[in-house]
Amino acid sequence: MKERYSLGSKLLTAIFAIICLVWVLPVLAVLVNSFKTNAAVNQNAFALPNAETFTGIANYVKGMTFGNYPFWKSVGYSLFITLASTALILLCTSMAAWYISRVADLVTKIVYYLCVFSMVVPFQMVMFTLTATANNLKLNTPWSIPIVYLGFGAGLAVFMFTGFVRSIPLEIEEAAAIDGSGPIRTFFWVVLPMLKPTMVSVGVLEIMWVWNDYLLPYLVLDPTKYKTIPIHIQYLKGSYGSVDLGTTMALIMLSIVPVVIFYLTCQKHIIKGVAAGAVKG
Amino acid sequence: MQKKRRVDSAHVSSQLIRRPIQKCFAIFLLPTFICFCIGFLWPFIQGIYLSFCNFNIPKDAKWVGLSNYAKAFKDASFVHAFWNTAAFAVISIVLINVLAFAIAYALTQKMRGSNIFRTVFFMPNLIGGVVLGYIWSMIFDAILKRYGTYLTANATYGFWGLVILVAWQQIGYMMIIYIAGLQSISDEMIEAARIDGASGSQVLFRVVIPNVMPSITICTFLTLTNSFKMFDQNMALTGGMPSVMMNGAKVNMTELLALNIYSTYNINKNWHGVAQAKAVLFFILVAALAIGQLVATRSKEVQQ
Repeated sequence: MKERYSLGSKLLTAIFAIICLVWVLPVLAVLVNSFKTNAAVNQNAFALPNAETFTGIANYVKGMTFGNYPFWKSVGYSLFITLASTALILLCTSMAAWYISRVADLVTKIVYYLCVFSMVVPFQMVMFTLTATANNLKLNTPWSIPIVYLGFGAGLAVFMFTGFVRSIPLEIEEAAAIDGSGPIRTFFWVVLPMLKPTMVSVGVLEIMWVWNDYLLPYLVLDPTKYKTIPIHIQYLKGSYGSVDLGTTMALIMLSIVPVVIFYLTCQKHIIKGVAAGAVKG
Repeated sequence: MQKKRRVDSAHVSSQLIRRPIQKCFAIFLLPTFICFCIGFLWPFIQGIYLSFCNFNIPKDAKWVGLSNYAKAFKDASFVHAFWNTAAFAVISIVLINVLAFAIAYALTQKMRGSNIFRTVFFMPNLIGGVVLGYIWSMIFDAILKRYGTYLTANATYGFWGLVILVAWQQIGYMMIIYIAGLQSISDEMIEAARIDGASGSQVLFRVVIPNVMPSITICTFLTLTNSFKMFDQNMALTGGMPSVMMNGAKVNMTELLALNIYSTYNINKNWHGVAQAKAVLFFILVAALAIGQLVATRSKEVQQ
């Protein structure tokens, strides 16, 4: 075992250990400051808390329940919107992709190329008109915003699913059809299980997108009624100084923690998803 | 005989698969297509139309021809945001790709702890742009405080602050793609080059880099489009501040294109049409860059 690592590689490990420490420093700074009083954060953000400035979990408790719009409401909306949108996107686009690649007529070709085209269109291009359309159709609540996400996010998902469905041999579905299975049954019992790896890749990309998205929910939802975590954080920043900095740091920490847990538990899938999404995008 | 059988099997599969699925159009394709029309297609078409109109809300649009575009080109803040974005894109593309490749190259060598390092480098990617902006504005302000200044006091601070933030965020992502590319190179090829007497740098530049060309294409494509579309981080870090007066117009010095379009909507109600015209120009620019870049680097891959 000792022989396997040369001196050079040990040196490299040491160098990278230091770089990684620097890399996590911003997050560590937030963590440390989330345990300090407002005045102490203002005075020196890099100092460790001492007996006088240490607040324990008071910042977290205050942050969660503070004000007329407590943070836990935003966490709830963020969770619901992310999960519902991702589930809806996965279900609808995988079905659409199967239809597109199996029927393969003029209509599906047009739909497919429109989806590919939508991937290069920046959100600012449609931001105003999308907001107006969503308001007209009453899609401006957390319960209906997944439809907007499906519409704007369909491009990448359809593209990735279609690429994968095309590589599935037809014989399996033919066998199912000969055995008397209709399209709906074939899709849910035969095709869907085979789509699992792509489901995970697309799911990871969508979760990362929707959870962190700021502008779309900010414009579509009424922010006084419904806030997601990014909207809530931006509101706190807007009132810089008037809001307790220690508490804000605690809230930032609370918004990072679910992401880090998600990352550490599904790391393999996330990295695979990123690599797959990149190769196809 | 052979040919006839193939036609038959195509016919059979069409009967077995294509037709029955086609009948289920309303279940499989329609929901996604309707949402796609609501969430993308209709807003896109309406957006192009409205860029030729004066409007407050889409209903009271009045056709004004190209005057919105003329106003957009004359707007000092838009021109400034364009050059700002271009400079930002060039710097961040080079910085992110060089560093991400270097880290990926080092981490694919035989080395203890390389998995932990990968985990750490990738992590910032999962944090949203708004939260990132908040974290870094706190850090930059805390550092600059020691020199008696603050982040939005000077456009240079804001610009380089954004570069640092984005590098910190995206290096891990690009590193993952480079690692995947590096791992697809067979050890035999590198071994063969070594046996032929190639030095370390020769192996890197003559063997490794040409073979990761596809990864380089993807990463430059992603960093290019990411930096042109940059919005959340820009808004949360500096919000475009500081602003100065230039030829009688207010110009936000650290504003990138996407944020400029957004603030045009918000600040002046009579400029909604101009903002939409800017958005169309922005779309054409992003699409042209993305397609142009793909074509250019793909052609290099073929030569390898």
